[in-house]
Amino acid sequence: MAAAMITVAETPLVRYALARADDALILGHRLSEWCGHAPMMEEDMALANIGLDLIGQARALYGYAAEVEAAGNDEDRYAYLRDVRQYRNLLLVEQPNGDFARTILRQFFYSAFADPYWRAMMGSTDPSLAAIAAKSEKESAYHLRHSAEWVIRLGDGTDESHARAQAAVEELWPYTGEAFLPDEAERGLIAEGVVIDPESLRDIWSTTVAAVLAEATLATPPTGWSQRGGRDGRHSEHLGHLLSELQVLQRSYPGAKW
Amino acid sequence: MVTPAAETLRRRAWDAAAAVVDPELPVLTIADLGVLRDVTVRDGRVEVAITPTYSGCPAMNVIALEIGLALDRAGIGGAQVRTVLSPAWTTAWLTPDGRRKLAEYGVAPPQDGAGRRALFGTETVPCPHCGSVHTERLSEFGSTSCKALWRCTDCREPFDYFKCH
Repeated sequence: MAAAMITVAETPLVRYALARADDALILGHRLSEWCGHAPMMEEDMALANIGLDLIGQARALYGYAAEVEAAGNDEDRYAYLRDVRQYRNLLLVEQPNGDFARTILRQFFYSAFADPYWRAMMGSTDPSLAAIAAKSEKESAYHLRHSAEWVIRLGDGTDESHARAQAAVEELWPYTGEAFLPDEAERGLIAEGVVIDPESLRDIWSTTVAAVLAEATLATPPTGWSQRGGRDGRHSEHLGHLLSELQVLQRSYPGAKW
Repeated sequence: MVTPAAETLRRRAWDAAAAVVDPELPVLTIADLGVLRDVTVRDGRVEVAITPTYSGCPAMNVIALEIGLALDRAGIGGAQVRTVLSPAWTTAWLTPDGRRKLAEYGVAPPQDGAGRRALFGTETVPCPHCGSVHTERLSEFGSTSCKALWRCTDCREPFDYFKCH
């Protein structure tokens, strides 16, 4: 079936807002997959709550992208009618849930970036991005605390939980560097103070991660070569499968409302 | 210039909107919560601005719908409800009356000094049932985005805590 696909007039600002919205939507969707499956009731609620925060952030960012693009697209069209190559999220957030340790480490690596990122973005010269940042920053602080506590609990827990947490660190590690690599399209925005240079967050991220992993008795892998491509629409095989589930209703029943 | 007629309409619209309650915390109105931000009248049309407590708060859609209905019942048709993000909502906007109502409802109100310091420091949350300060956090995330789950180690009752934000 030929699926409807929208075109997006990606100015640097539209592209930037969409990429951050995609990070939040895809990670939020991944967390929603845990609903009803988490190891305990409290954690089921926590993962759903974090997912909800992220999807809320995505909505605000998509809404802003639509306003800037001014081409008749809206949050639903961006989410449901772009194909996999049009998604610009980090490879980290699309990685499968795996076991609980993998989900927690993925969340921790992302939140350790997102928390200082949103705090820094509160100083954006763009009032809409600064407002979204002020909202998101408070939420990301909870996400970071919650995931860091779990990393410590799992790493410094039983032999089994330690081994699984260490395996998750190693599996996800090559995906953690992409967040700090600015897109060529961002250069102008960085120069204007509209967005921050992500490179400036690398140290704070490394410090947070090293401290938490050490407390968790987990080994921090050496920083080296990093996977990239998500910002350019080159994704791992996992994103297409995720989108097929996320988008199936609008693909099968275009324009369906309820 | 604000005409007297527009000002009267604005006040009536404010009063109607201010009486809408939060669907998850029905003892609190959106005015108590600080979710109701502004009511303006432009060319005879009412616009209501609300702000979400948390980005993904699903109650916002219901609140927007309820505001429209409340204004309709007050004879004010065609009102627009707009969501504003800036400045970001904080628990400091909960009115003193709102805090009292929360505690009476069995939800511990957010502790003063909200913000990152409180977030990463140690919190003392008094039990809304017996007042004891011997309480512990069961889960960072509770039944709604804005609440955490706590337990009193004296009276043994679990309770919701409205998170500092």
